[in-house]
Amino acid sequence: MDFELMITSLPKLLNATLITLKLLSASLIFGLFIGLFFAILRVNKNPIINKFAYVYSYVFRGTPLLVQIFIIYFGLGQIEYLRSTVLWVILKEPYWCAIIAFSLNTGAYTSEILRSAFQTIKPGIIEAGQSLGITSKIIFYKIQIPIAIRQSLPAYGNEIILMMKGTSLASTVTLMDLTGVAKYIISTTFKPIEVFIVAGGIYLFMTFIIHNVIKFLERKYSY
Amino acid sequence: MELLSFGKTGWGDELLIATIMTIAVSITAMLIGFLFALIFTPLKLSKSKFLNLIGNCYTTVIRGVPELLVIYLFFFGGSGAVMYVASIFGYNEYIEINAFITGSFAIGIISGAYSTEVFRGAIQSIDKGQFEASKVLGLKKPIHFFKVIMPQMLRLAIPNLSNVWQITLKDTSLISVTGLVEIMRQSYIAAGSTRDPLFFYSFAAVLYLLLTYLSMKLINKLEVRYSRGY
Repeated sequence: MDFELMITSLPKLLNATLITLKLLSASLIFGLFIGLFFAILRVNKNPIINKFAYVYSYVFRGTPLLVQIFIIYFGLGQIEYLRSTVLWVILKEPYWCAIIAFSLNTGAYTSEILRSAFQTIKPGIIEAGQSLGITSKIIFYKIQIPIAIRQSLPAYGNEIILMMKGTSLASTVTLMDLTGVAKYIISTTFKPIEVFIVAGGIYLFMTFIIHNVIKFLERKYSY
Repeated sequence: MELLSFGKTGWGDELLIATIMTIAVSITAMLIGFLFALIFTPLKLSKSKFLNLIGNCYTTVIRGVPELLVIYLFFFGGSGAVMYVASIFGYNEYIEINAFITGSFAIGIISGAYSTEVFRGAIQSIDKGQFEASKVLGLKKPIHFFKVIMPQMLRLAIPNLSNVWQITLKDTSLISVTGLVEIMRQSYIAAGSTRDPLFFYSFAAVLYLLLTYLSMKLINKLEVRYSRGY
C-alpha cells in the first residue's frame, strides 16, 4: 500500500469530482424535462404519438451509453450540414456532447419511471377531481403530476445513482472527470489498487449522499 | 451497404465475429456473476453479523462505483495480482492475462453484485412455511435447496435476472477500452479506417438493439416455462 500516493492524488481527484458533479447535475436537469415530456407523450391516447415516445425510450434503453456518446461526439461531426450551423459551436465540445448523450439517456429512463407512476394513480382520485368540477388541465398539473413525482421518487433515486456512474463514460471522450483522472494516475504510477480505493471512495460517498437525500424526500412527501 | 459486405473490402464478417465475441463475453460474465452470487447470497442471508457485513460490502461497493473504474482496476491491476500470487509459488516471469478473461471477470463481478441482490430478494419472498414444511418433513439440506427452494426462487428471480442480463450485455461495451475486439471496438476500428463513424456507431447501436430484443424474446419463453402452475 502506497499511502503517500493516496494522499497526494486525493486533491487531484477531488478537483475532477467537480466536473463529474457538473456533468451529473446538468444532465439530470435536462433529463428530467425530456423525461417528463416523453412520459406525457406516452400516456397520450394518439397511437402514433405514444408509439414515437415508446421507440425513443426503447432505443435509448436498449443500447449502451457508450455507443450513444460515440454517435453524438464522433458521428454527428461527420454531417457537413451540421458543421455550418450554430449547433456546431455546441457539438464540437466534448463537454456538451457528453451532456447531450447523458440527458437523452437519463431522459429515456426517467420517462419510463414517470409513465409507470402516472399509470399507478388510482382512477378514483382523478374522478374525484372531475366530480368537483376541476378542469382536466388543473387535474393534470395539480393532482396527477405531484402524485406521480412522489410515486417515482424511489426509482428516480436509483436512476440518479446510475447516472452518476454513467458520467464516468465522459472520460472516453477526452474529458477529465473523476474516472478520467483516476485512469491517468493509474497509468502513470501503475498503482491501480490505491487509486481505486480513493476514487471509489469518492463515488461511494456521493452514492451515500444521494441515497440519503432521496430517503429524506420520500419521508417528507409520504402521505 | 458496401461497407458491410463480407470479405476483404467490407466489415460484415469482422462485425459478425465481434458480435459473437460480445455474446461470448456477456454469457461468461453472467456465469461468473452467478458464481459470485452463489457465494454472496448465503452471506447476505446468514444470521452472523460479520458474514452479513462482507456480503453487504460487496454489493454496496460494486453497485456504487462506476463500471469503468472497476474495469480499469482489473485491466491495470489484474496481471499484477496474478504475478504476485505466482511469485509466492516461486514463479517470477511476466504473466499477461488475456483481455477476454480480464474483461469477463470485471463485468462478472459487477453482474454478480446485481444477481446477488436479485437472488436475495427472491429467496426472502418465498413463503416461510415452505422452509418450515421441508424441515418438518426431514428433507436433507441439498434436497431442501434444489427441490424446494430453487424452483420457487427461479420463478421469482427470472424477470429481474433478465434486467441483470440487459445490464451485463450493455456493460460489455465498456471492455472495448481494454482492446478486446467486441462490437464497440470493431466499430471503432472500422470508423477509424473508413472515416465513417456515424454509420458504424449507428450500426453498432442496431446490433445491440437486436441482441437485447432477441434475448428478451428468449427470456420471456423461459418465464412462461417457470411459471407453469401459477
